[in-house]
Amino acid sequence: MKILLFGVAKDIVGNQVLEEPSFKAKNVAELKQELIKKYPEFAKLSSLAIAVDEEYASDEKLISAENEIAIIPPVSGG
Amino acid sequence: MEKKIEIIENIDPSLIHKDLSHPASGGICVFIGAVRDTTQNQKVNSLFFEAYEAMALKEMEKIAEAASKQWNLNRLIMQHAVGDKKVEEPVVLVGASSAHRDDCFEACRFLIDTLKEKVPIWKKEFFDGKDEVWVTPHP
Repeated sequence: MKILLFGVAKDIVGNQVLEEPSFKAKNVAELKQELIKKYPEFAKLSSLAIAVDEEYASDEKLISAENEIAIIPPVSGG
Repeated sequence: MEKKIEIIENIDPSLIHKDLSHPASGGICVFIGAVRDTTQNQKVNSLFFEAYEAMALKEMEKIAEAASKQWNLNRLIMQHAVGDKKVEEPVVLVGASSAHRDDCFEACRFLIDTLKEKVPIWKKEFFDGKDEVWVTPHP
Protein backbone atom coordinates (compact mmCIF):
# COMPACT_ATOMS: atom_id res chain seq x y z
CA MET A 1 0.00 0.00 0.00
CA LYS A 2 1.30 3.42 -1.00
CA ILE A 3 0.22 6.45 1.04
CA LEU A 4 0.87 10.15 0.32
CA LEU A 5 2.10 12.21 3.28
CA PHE A 6 1.82 15.92 4.00
CA GLY A 7 2.81 18.37 6.74
CA VAL A 8 3.64 16.81 10.08
CA ALA A 9 2.80 13.32 8.72
CA LYS A 10 6.01 13.50 6.65
CA ASP A 11 8.02 14.23 9.80
CA ILE A 12 6.35 11.38 11.72
CA VAL A 13 7.13 8.83 9.00
CA GLY A 14 10.40 10.42 7.89
CA ASN A 15 9.49 10.28 4.21
CA GLN A 16 7.22 11.91 1.61
CA VAL A 17 5.49 8.66 0.72
CA LEU A 18 4.77 5.66 2.91
CA GLU A 19 5.10 2.29 1.16
CA GLU A 20 3.88 -0.37 3.53
CA PRO A 21 3.40 -3.82 1.97
CA SER A 22 2.46 -5.25 5.38
CA PHE A 23 -0.64 -3.06 5.73
CA LYS A 24 -3.76 -5.16 5.17
CA ALA A 25 -6.43 -2.55 5.89
CA LYS A 26 -9.66 -3.01 3.93
CA ASN A 27 -11.17 0.27 5.04
CA VAL A 28 -10.19 3.66 6.45
CA ALA A 29 -10.77 2.71 10.11
CA GLU A 30 -8.43 -0.29 9.79
CA LEU A 31 -5.82 1.85 8.04
CA LYS A 32 -5.87 4.37 10.90
CA GLN A 33 -5.35 1.50 13.39
CA GLU A 34 -2.40 0.12 11.42
CA LEU A 35 -0.87 3.58 11.10
CA ILE A 36 -1.15 4.33 14.81
CA LYS A 37 0.25 0.91 15.71
CA LYS A 38 3.31 1.44 13.51
CA TYR A 39 3.66 5.21 14.19
CA PRO A 40 2.18 6.00 17.64
CA GLU A 41 2.80 9.74 17.08
CA PHE A 42 -0.31 9.83 14.85
CA ALA A 43 -2.45 9.20 17.93
CA LYS A 44 -1.21 12.49 19.42
CA LEU A 45 -2.54 14.68 16.60
CA SER A 46 -5.69 16.68 17.27
CA SER A 47 -7.25 15.02 14.21
CA LEU A 48 -6.29 12.37 11.68
CA ALA A 49 -8.18 12.25 8.41
CA ILE A 50 -7.66 10.00 5.41
CA ALA A 51 -8.34 11.07 1.85
CA VAL A 52 -9.26 8.48 -0.75
CA ASP A 53 -9.00 9.65 -4.37
CA GLU A 54 -8.72 13.29 -3.26
CA GLU A 55 -11.85 13.26 -1.08
CA TYR A 56 -12.19 13.10 2.72
CA ALA A 57 -13.15 9.51 3.52
CA SER A 58 -15.33 8.12 6.31
CA ASP A 59 -14.10 5.24 8.50
CA GLU A 60 -16.28 2.77 6.56
CA LYS A 61 -14.86 3.72 3.16
CA LEU A 62 -13.32 0.67 1.45
CA ILE A 63 -9.77 1.01 0.16
CA SER A 64 -7.54 -0.94 -2.23
CA ALA A 65 -4.20 -0.54 -3.99
CA GLU A 66 -6.00 1.17 -6.87
CA ASN A 67 -7.02 4.16 -4.73
CA GLU A 68 -4.91 7.26 -4.16
CA ILE A 69 -4.63 7.35 -0.38
CA ALA A 70 -3.30 10.30 1.63
CA ILE A 71 -2.93 11.07 5.31
CA ILE A 72 -4.43 14.46 6.16
CA PRO A 73 -3.05 15.73 9.48
CA PRO A 74 -4.73 18.83 11.00
CA VAL A 75 -4.85 21.45 8.24
CA SER A 76 -3.41 24.91 8.85
CA GLY A 77 -3.87 26.94 5.68
CA GLY A 78 -4.79 30.60 5.61
CA MET B 1 -21.38 33.03 -11.14
CA GLU B 2 -17.83 33.38 -12.49
CA LYS B 3 -15.04 32.06 -10.27
CA LYS B 4 -11.28 31.93 -10.06
CA ILE B 5 -9.76 29.22 -7.84
CA GLU B 6 -6.01 28.78 -7.65
CA ILE B 7 -3.06 27.43 -5.70
CA ILE B 8 -0.19 29.67 -6.78
CA GLU B 9 3.37 30.72 -5.93
CA ASN B 10 2.60 34.40 -5.45
CA ILE B 11 -0.67 36.23 -4.84
CA ASP B 12 -0.96 39.63 -6.51
CA PRO B 13 -3.62 41.67 -4.64
CA SER B 14 -3.35 44.50 -7.20
CA LEU B 15 -5.44 42.40 -9.60
CA ILE B 16 -8.36 42.00 -7.23
CA HIS B 17 -10.64 44.75 -8.48
CA LYS B 18 -10.38 43.48 -12.04
CA ASP B 19 -10.94 39.87 -10.87
CA LEU B 20 -14.15 40.70 -8.99
CA SER B 21 -15.59 43.65 -10.88
CA HIS B 22 -18.91 42.91 -12.61
CA PRO B 23 -21.55 45.16 -14.18
CA ALA B 24 -24.23 43.82 -11.80
CA SER B 25 -22.06 44.11 -8.68
CA GLY B 26 -22.40 47.17 -6.48
CA GLY B 27 -20.26 45.63 -3.75
CA ILE B 28 -16.88 43.88 -3.67
CA CYS B 29 -15.54 42.31 -0.49
CA VAL B 30 -12.05 40.85 -0.09
CA PHE B 31 -10.11 39.14 2.69
CA ILE B 32 -6.33 38.83 2.46
CA GLY B 33 -4.39 36.73 4.96
CA ALA B 34 -0.73 37.71 5.39
CA VAL B 35 2.31 36.47 7.33
CA ARG B 36 2.40 37.95 10.85
CA ASP B 37 5.74 38.53 12.60
CA THR B 38 4.80 36.92 15.91
CA THR B 39 2.90 33.90 17.13
CA GLN B 40 2.34 33.15 20.82
CA ASN B 41 5.00 35.74 21.77
CA GLN B 42 7.65 34.26 19.49
CA LYS B 43 9.19 36.13 16.58
CA VAL B 44 8.37 34.48 13.27
CA ASN B 45 10.85 34.89 10.40
CA SER B 46 8.86 33.19 7.65
CA LEU B 47 6.25 30.58 6.88
CA PHE B 48 6.31 27.68 4.45
CA PHE B 49 3.06 26.44 2.89
CA GLU B 50 2.48 23.02 1.40
CA ALA B 51 -0.70 21.87 -0.36
CA TYR B 52 -2.16 18.57 -1.49
CA GLU B 53 -2.93 20.53 -4.60
CA ALA B 54 -5.40 18.35 -6.48
CA MET B 55 -7.51 17.78 -3.38
CA ALA B 56 -7.15 21.39 -2.20
CA LEU B 57 -8.55 22.67 -5.51
CA LYS B 58 -11.47 20.22 -5.28
CA GLU B 59 -12.27 21.36 -1.73
CA MET B 60 -12.04 25.02 -2.75
CA GLU B 61 -14.45 24.31 -5.63
CA LYS B 62 -16.92 22.77 -3.15
CA ILE B 63 -16.68 25.82 -0.87
CA ALA B 64 -17.25 28.16 -3.84
CA GLU B 65 -20.23 26.06 -4.91
CA ALA B 66 -21.74 26.19 -1.40
CA ALA B 67 -21.24 29.98 -1.26
CA SER B 68 -22.90 30.46 -4.65
CA LYS B 69 -25.96 28.56 -3.40
CA GLN B 70 -26.23 30.51 -0.16
CA TRP B 71 -25.61 34.03 -1.46
CA ASN B 72 -26.33 35.97 -4.62
CA LEU B 73 -22.81 36.38 -6.01
CA ASN B 74 -21.63 37.51 -9.43
CA ARG B 75 -17.94 36.73 -9.10
CA LEU B 76 -15.85 34.83 -6.59
CA ILE B 77 -12.13 34.30 -6.03
CA MET B 78 -10.14 31.92 -3.81
CA GLN B 79 -6.35 31.85 -4.01
CA HIS B 80 -3.82 30.24 -1.69
CA ALA B 81 -0.06 30.60 -1.96
CA VAL B 82 2.50 27.79 -1.53
CA GLY B 83 6.22 27.88 -0.78
CA ASP B 84 8.26 30.21 1.43
CA LYS B 85 6.50 33.40 2.51
CA LYS B 86 8.04 36.31 4.40
CA VAL B 87 6.43 38.66 6.94
CA GLU B 88 3.69 40.82 5.34
CA GLU B 89 3.46 38.70 2.18
CA PRO B 90 -0.09 37.66 1.23
CA VAL B 91 -0.73 33.93 1.63
CA VAL B 92 -4.46 33.64 1.08
CA LEU B 93 -7.00 35.78 -0.74
CA VAL B 94 -10.75 35.25 -0.92
CA GLY B 95 -13.41 37.59 -2.21
CA ALA B 96 -16.76 37.97 -3.85
CA SER B 97 -18.83 40.59 -5.59
CA SER B 98 -22.59 40.99 -5.44
CA ALA B 99 -25.38 43.45 -6.19
CA HIS B 100 -25.49 44.61 -2.55
CA ARG B 101 -22.88 44.47 0.22
CA ASP B 102 -24.53 41.99 2.59
CA ASP B 103 -24.06 39.03 0.26
CA CYS B 104 -20.37 39.62 -0.44
CA PHE B 105 -19.52 40.43 3.21
CA GLU B 106 -21.16 37.25 4.49
CA ALA B 107 -19.80 35.10 1.66
CA CYS B 108 -16.28 36.37 2.26
CA ARG B 109 -16.35 35.36 5.92
CA PHE B 110 -17.68 31.92 4.98
CA LEU B 111 -15.01 31.45 2.29
CA ILE B 112 -12.05 32.10 4.59
CA ASP B 113 -13.46 30.27 7.63
CA THR B 114 -14.33 27.15 5.61
CA LEU B 115 -11.04 27.23 3.71
CA LYS B 116 -9.12 27.22 6.99
CA GLU B 117 -11.20 24.32 8.29
CA LYS B 118 -11.32 22.04 5.25
CA VAL B 119 -8.70 22.72 2.58
CA PRO B 120 -5.63 20.42 2.80
CA ILE B 121 -2.88 23.02 3.15
CA TRP B 122 -0.27 23.07 5.90
CA LYS B 123 1.99 25.80 7.25
CA LYS B 124 5.36 25.51 8.91
CA GLU B 125 6.68 28.34 11.07
CA PHE B 126 10.34 29.38 11.09
CA PHE B 127 11.64 31.15 14.20
CA ASP B 128 14.84 32.88 15.36
CA GLY B 129 17.32 30.38 16.80
CA LYS B 130 14.80 27.60 17.23
CA ASP B 131 13.55 24.58 15.29
CA GLU B 132 10.79 25.09 12.75
CA VAL B 133 7.39 23.53 13.52
CA TRP B 134 4.33 22.45 11.56
CA VAL B 135 1.42 24.46 12.87
CA THR B 136 -1.34 22.70 14.74
CA PRO B 137 -4.46 24.77 14.45
CA HIS B 138 -5.68 26.79 17.38
CA PRO B 139 -8.90 28.82 17.57
